[in-house]
Amino acid sequence: MTDEPMIRIEGLSKAYGEFLALDDVSLTIREGEFFSLLGPSGCGKTTLLRLIAGFNAPTAGTIAIDGKASTGLKANQRPTNMVFQNYAIFPHLDVAENVGYGLKRLRLSRAEEARLVQEALDMVQLPDLGRRRANELSGGQRQRVALARALVMRPKVLLLDEPLSALDKKLREEMQAELRALQQQVGITFVLVTHDQYEALALSDRVAVMFNGRIAQMDTPMQLYQHPVTRQVADFLGGMNFLDSRILDETGERLTVETERFGRLTLAKPAGFAAAGGRATVGIRPERLRVLWDDERAEHEITGTVASRAYFGETTSLAVRVEGLDAPLSIVETNNFGADGLLVGAEIRLAYDPDALVLMSDLR
Amino acid sequence: MTAILSRVRWLPVYLTLFMVFLYFPILLLPLFSFNDAATASFPLTGFTTRWYTALAGNDVMLGAAWNSLVVGLTVSIITTLLAICAARAVTRYRFRGQRPATGLIMAPLFLPEIIVAVSLLIVVLQLGLQLSLLTIVLGQIVFCLPYSMSVLMAGFDGFDRSLEEASLDLGETAFGTFRRVTLPVVAPAILASLLVSFTVSLDEFILAFFLSGTSPTLPVYIWGQLRFAAKLPEVLALGSIMMVASVLLLSAAELFRRNAERRLQARESKS
Repeated sequence: MTDEPMIRIEGLSKAYGEFLALDDVSLTIREGEFFSLLGPSGCGKTTLLRLIAGFNAPTAGTIAIDGKASTGLKANQRPTNMVFQNYAIFPHLDVAENVGYGLKRLRLSRAEEARLVQEALDMVQLPDLGRRRANELSGGQRQRVALARALVMRPKVLLLDEPLSALDKKLREEMQAELRALQQQVGITFVLVTHDQYEALALSDRVAVMFNGRIAQMDTPMQLYQHPVTRQVADFLGGMNFLDSRILDETGERLTVETERFGRLTLAKPAGFAAAGGRATVGIRPERLRVLWDDERAEHEITGTVASRAYFGETTSLAVRVEGLDAPLSIVETNNFGADGLLVGAEIRLAYDPDALVLMSDLR
Repeated sequence: MTAILSRVRWLPVYLTLFMVFLYFPILLLPLFSFNDAATASFPLTGFTTRWYTALAGNDVMLGAAWNSLVVGLTVSIITTLLAICAARAVTRYRFRGQRPATGLIMAPLFLPEIIVAVSLLIVVLQLGLQLSLLTIVLGQIVFCLPYSMSVLMAGFDGFDRSLEEASLDLGETAFGTFRRVTLPVVAPAILASLLVSFTVSLDEFILAFFLSGTSPTLPVYIWGQLRFAAKLPEVLALGSIMMVASVLLLSAAELFRRNAERRLQARESKS
């Protein structure tokens, strides 16, 4: 093993006329890593994936795959294979012919080719569907065929373009677990494009969150969720209560701010922090606020009134109006302590840990 | 009275009348072609195949049939090649003037054919060209293009660009991709286009009539024979053969077209 990353991207840009789809992106992806590109539609994530695959040429910048500069290399000369969003199963071929499509050019013996195809079909748990026609497959089966067709080529990097977005919720969750297990089994570098934050968090070793053609933040799922550097990233990754604050003191790495109700806090500055006119945005995730029952006490408490509630079965979401705060605080409680019994108008006390509050840049 | 009228179901009556008017005369054609009489009239006198036998020995007719075959094959191949390019451009790309271009290609379908024929004749004569099978071919290509286009556009519309990308991604070359993916997927539409344009060319009369020199195609030959009452049964036999051939060719084309459509639809609905 060398230290050279599997994929090294430097200063990559892609323009379509006036529109800059990808704006000076640099990143590295390690060998064997499950890496996700996460962002809303139009953020450039698919553009980046297609540049790695070689379907489009960048306007500026370089991509090296497995230590080899890939500038000028077409898709058929790169050690990458792709699972397409609509799977792109060849309609005139059966399942085995689809899976064996890329092997045909390698001029293997008939027996060897059949063995590799069967191995790939076994791997995606479709061992008996070889002779099935493409139009006789269910959505989940098509997805597996597309996976097998790419994996049989033993790529250095497997690229996945929103592979689960066409499946219904239950099947999608099943396939997520399978995809993760498959990646660990084959040890190939996976690059996944998705707009589903839960998918990215659950599957990936690292995630790059993209907005407007740029990477806003790139980190492990837990770091991203707990320490978003901007308000945009925090918002995209789930619920967040944003609080306005006044800056009191600034040192090299820390900032002391004054907030309504949450008081004086000393918080770590996120990377690239930019304060806006002496004010800063502080946030706390809804599940980090906890309802206090009966005479239970906590070191840090806030009092408020339930303004609205939504019941989700395993959890209940509450919007709690707190005097002095502009917006109600949203909180999520699991239903094992009776949060589902709270009614609108109820006076409640909330506990929080000051370490759960994070400081973010506000780009808006 | 009104009670009786309202009880009659008018739609089936209308449908029956319509069908009889449309198809009964056409059915008379093969009927009289097997009738043992020189005139096309009832009552029928007896069954014979002698009109068909006479056709086989008619060198002028065979010459015209050969001309039709040559013209039909040439027209269908050239038309389909042109329509492949145009249909692919129209369905794949967005470009300036796309709608007017498509409209102009489809226009001959709606223009009065006799006007097109006369205009083409004037142009051909102005250019100083000899009227020949070649001029018929040129005229019929213009006329057949809309038919080919509508068949091919339907075939290409469902063609998914990512199929070609998937093939490239799996290591295949651009030419290999065309041979192993693009061609097989759109082949039924191409075959349907060939059959449709051949059939249209085979039956086409007005352009062929205006643009033919000394060598007529079958419809032009039939027109010429109608002047001789004695030749009528032979013409009826020839007409019957052409009708059967057209129906068979068009049915085959429709089968291929549906086959292609089903394949593409199956893919879309499941993805």
